[in-house]
Amino acid sequence: MLEGRRFIIFLFFVFIGLIFLGKLFFLQVMDDSYEKAADNNAIRKIIQVPFRGEVYDRKGKLIVYNTPVYDLYVTPRKAIVKDTNQFCSLLGITKGYFDTTMRQAWSYSRVKPSIFLKHLSKEDFAKIQDGLVDYPGFSMTTSAFRTYQSRALSNALGYVAEINTNSLNDQKDDYYRQGDYVGISGLEAFYEEVLRGQRGVKYRMVNSNGVEKGEFKNGKLDVSPVAGQNLLTSIDIQLQEYADSLMMHKVGSVVAIEPRTGEVLTMVSAPSYDPSLLTGRNFSKYYRVLALDPLKPLINRPPSAYYRPGSTFKLVQALVGMQMGILTPASVFTHAGAPVKCHSHNTAHNDLHNAIQWSCNPYFYHAFRKILYDNTQGNTFERSAQGLQRWSELVANFGFGRKLGIDLGNEKKGNLPDAAYYNKVYKGDHTWKFSNIYSLSIGEGELVVSPLKMANFAAIIANRGWYIPPHLVKGVGDKKSIDPFYKTPVSVGVDAKYFTVVHQGMQDAVAHGTVGQEGKIPDIVMCGKTGTSQNQKGKDHSVFIAFAPRDNPKIAIAVFVENAGFGGFAAAPIASLIIEKYLKGRVDRKQIETKFMNMSYLANVTYRRNPKIHVDSVVKK
Amino acid sequence: MTEKGTLKGKLDWLTVALYALFVLLGWMSVYSAVYNPEAPLWIFDASFYTSNAGKQLIWIGTSLILILLIFALDFRFFESFALIIYASFMVLLLLVPFLGVTINGSHSWFKFGGVTIQPAEFSKTATALLLAKYLNDPLVNLSKFKNLWIAAAIIALPMLLIIGSNETGSALVFASFIILLYREGLPGEYPGLFIGLITLFVSSLLLSPLTILISLLVFSILFILLIPIYQQRMPQTYVRIGMAITVIMVISTLVDWLVNHVLQEHQRNRIKVLLDPSFDTRGLGYQVTQSKIAIGSGGWFGKGYLGGTQTKFDFVPEQSTDFIFCTIGEEFGFFGVAMVLILFLFFLWRLLFLADQQRSRFVRAYGYGVVGILFFHFLVNIGMTIGLMPIMGIPLPFFSYGGSSLWSFTILLFIFLKLDSHRADMLSR
Repeated sequence: MLEGRRFIIFLFFVFIGLIFLGKLFFLQVMDDSYEKAADNNAIRKIIQVPFRGEVYDRKGKLIVYNTPVYDLYVTPRKAIVKDTNQFCSLLGITKGYFDTTMRQAWSYSRVKPSIFLKHLSKEDFAKIQDGLVDYPGFSMTTSAFRTYQSRALSNALGYVAEINTNSLNDQKDDYYRQGDYVGISGLEAFYEEVLRGQRGVKYRMVNSNGVEKGEFKNGKLDVSPVAGQNLLTSIDIQLQEYADSLMMHKVGSVVAIEPRTGEVLTMVSAPSYDPSLLTGRNFSKYYRVLALDPLKPLINRPPSAYYRPGSTFKLVQALVGMQMGILTPASVFTHAGAPVKCHSHNTAHNDLHNAIQWSCNPYFYHAFRKILYDNTQGNTFERSAQGLQRWSELVANFGFGRKLGIDLGNEKKGNLPDAAYYNKVYKGDHTWKFSNIYSLSIGEGELVVSPLKMANFAAIIANRGWYIPPHLVKGVGDKKSIDPFYKTPVSVGVDAKYFTVVHQGMQDAVAHGTVGQEGKIPDIVMCGKTGTSQNQKGKDHSVFIAFAPRDNPKIAIAVFVENAGFGGFAAAPIASLIIEKYLKGRVDRKQIETKFMNMSYLANVTYRRNPKIHVDSVVKK
Repeated sequence: MTEKGTLKGKLDWLTVALYALFVLLGWMSVYSAVYNPEAPLWIFDASFYTSNAGKQLIWIGTSLILILLIFALDFRFFESFALIIYASFMVLLLLVPFLGVTINGSHSWFKFGGVTIQPAEFSKTATALLLAKYLNDPLVNLSKFKNLWIAAAIIALPMLLIIGSNETGSALVFASFIILLYREGLPGEYPGLFIGLITLFVSSLLLSPLTILISLLVFSILFILLIPIYQQRMPQTYVRIGMAITVIMVISTLVDWLVNHVLQEHQRNRIKVLLDPSFDTRGLGYQVTQSKIAIGSGGWFGKGYLGGTQTKFDFVPEQSTDFIFCTIGEEFGFFGVAMVLILFLFFLWRLLFLADQQRSRFVRAYGYGVVGILFFHFLVNIGMTIGLMPIMGIPLPFFSYGGSSLWSFTILLFIFLKLDSHRADMLSR
């Protein structure tokens, strides 16, 4: 009988053994949180952030590079600070900062390093390096921030800053971590993935005291950092600086494009800011001031600001009219019967060339009327709808009402009204006709364009009917690779022959037309067209588009100066100076140059100013 | 008296082989715990012998000498001298508080030159021997109260002395003699009551008194419904059930009082940690949390020998001694620990089998004592590394680092193997 007790006893042993096996199975096989906890314990991930790619101008001149800075890290468990006051004075920090930062570090981890002080310059580093030897637990790592050779181009370049919480949560590939730097706007944002390179990761084993114990899995999982790729831009930084200086004390944009290639030579957004303000430790301080400035120096106006094209749009009407077969260079319209006024000019033989040269409003009123009504529909409402639809389809080819695809993130579509648009505005089909929308004929009304679109338009005219999508980067990395999109010409569907009369009209507009003396370059044949953009905010904006020289054009340009009045007054002289500078490498008309550099139109600018923000201290003068 | 050749034939080599395997695995784990991938030590380096792995190798070598010594003795020595051995260890246990030294916060060691000995470890063997000798008397019957009391006293004396030197964990090992007593005729109610009390203790800690009361009532109703109808009418049944419930509720209330007023602070904390794994994982719960991380990160097949990160980089305190099982779990995974568990259970089965083969009640009883002690260590040690048992300073037999522990388990086991090899010479009574 007692013999059998052996089995009872052993059964009990097996029972316990099974409980253990079950628990072990759960711990080891079912639940993988222990593996993560183990990795978290023993494996330290060391991130190596590569240098961000540099940015060069079209001649290979360095514009943006990196300055190494030092970040001070603290490992709380190892940190020994005997004399806090002495330590604080060494680093130039307050006792309060010391206490707060240390507390944060402790709550993060006792054995993992936390950031203590960011962005120490080489000089600061040299100063404290020796003193720091007395404080174990503090270590330096290098990082870098953007440094700018030029104070120009800041808006197109954009800036780099710590990633914000929203972007951190929204990211798709889970690349960024808290505190990482990321391109926020401009080229820095658009080319973020090539500029940033690939972060390196080293896995090191550490013991319970945080002491390194060699490579994890013999470094098999380690990834070497890949340096960011450089950008070769199409910007001529000298020309950019020159254009920048001309746009001082003004609000507006300059965009210059090489017509043959679509390369952007210059892109000015005024007012601008010194790009070095948005680097390093003072970022948040200056960012606040810049962001609150009513003149909005942070936005990049050329691809995003909305204007009416004004009279510059008459060139579109001329080209589309000819392509539709409604206009010929010989078509003549008088001033009679038009609700729009005109400037005094010779109307004896008011043909298309004459109308362009003198920017004749009634001519384009009549021309546009003909464009809308020249079809077989029954009544004027129906004819207007069909005419406008056909017209808008042709105009859209020029890039109006849609994005051109420039390599900047903030490009806006603008507005090109078509039949559907007015059906919506007037709440129903056939509820509107030419008399409701005739302001389109002279580039006013519901038309909305950006300076970039108008510069591209100037390039289309220079090329006689085609363009390459404008872009700021002509080569990425060592291979100078570029998206084929920026190599492929786009036709606008207007025959090359129709451009001759437009070129002639633009040439004469500059030589003896709407452009004044200050907008003429003595030894260069420039073709241009003034525009006066009406707006609700106040005085008209001054607009001018041009290209030069007439034969084999090298530069196409659009200049917008806000609230500066008629296009010939401000925009044309500024454009002529930039063209002269680009084509000759120098400017001979020093008097005009000086005048426009010092000219200010800010008094007319009606942005609401906030008296508490002292923008003048940071906005570039 | 016995020739060498016949001894070879009679020694249970299977048990010896398992013993050797366990010791080897243990040593490998100790080596792994001290292994430094950047500067691996080899057994010919002098500095190797200052590391735990080197010292353990010395303990293993000296254990071999102990085995030879045991086999050199006359097999009748252990029975004849059982009382003297027992008495001398009781004296040592008495003297420890006065002459002992403190190691790792435990004031229970004797120091002879460079060697430190923990008499508590050896007193288990001595108790097993005396208990077996006492039960060898054919007149002793454990269903008689007087005999039971004497047996209990033999067990209780070293227990009390060890508790006196504040080694509650080691003292609890003596509870394992209930297996020996059960095999030798202790009425089945005792271990039943024993297990019942433990169950009640644990459930009182885990459940609220109301839950316990409700479940008791549910069980009673089920019980009444299940017994034959003619018994149901008997009023005694209801009275007994009512009394049982009352007693259980009183005891379960006492448990709370016991935990809060009798147990010491650190013991109370160990129970808290056991009941709530998320309790103070950086402080009091650190050890068991890290132990579970180390074992849990092993997966199916582990990180490979010498590949463990948790045990190698000191995340688990006491990993070479009480937490050696972590190293096995981390480096050999579920597969490895399952093998160890199965082999250990097989080892115990083999010992039970051998014990029941004995003609002598003395050897059989001693064999059950050995099994009980080994099983108790197995239960508590592995249980605590995976968070099923409170943490007590109890090593895993043959695996754990430490001279006293390895020596005492070797002596415990090989006395039995020595006696077993003389099975034929024993007088059956």
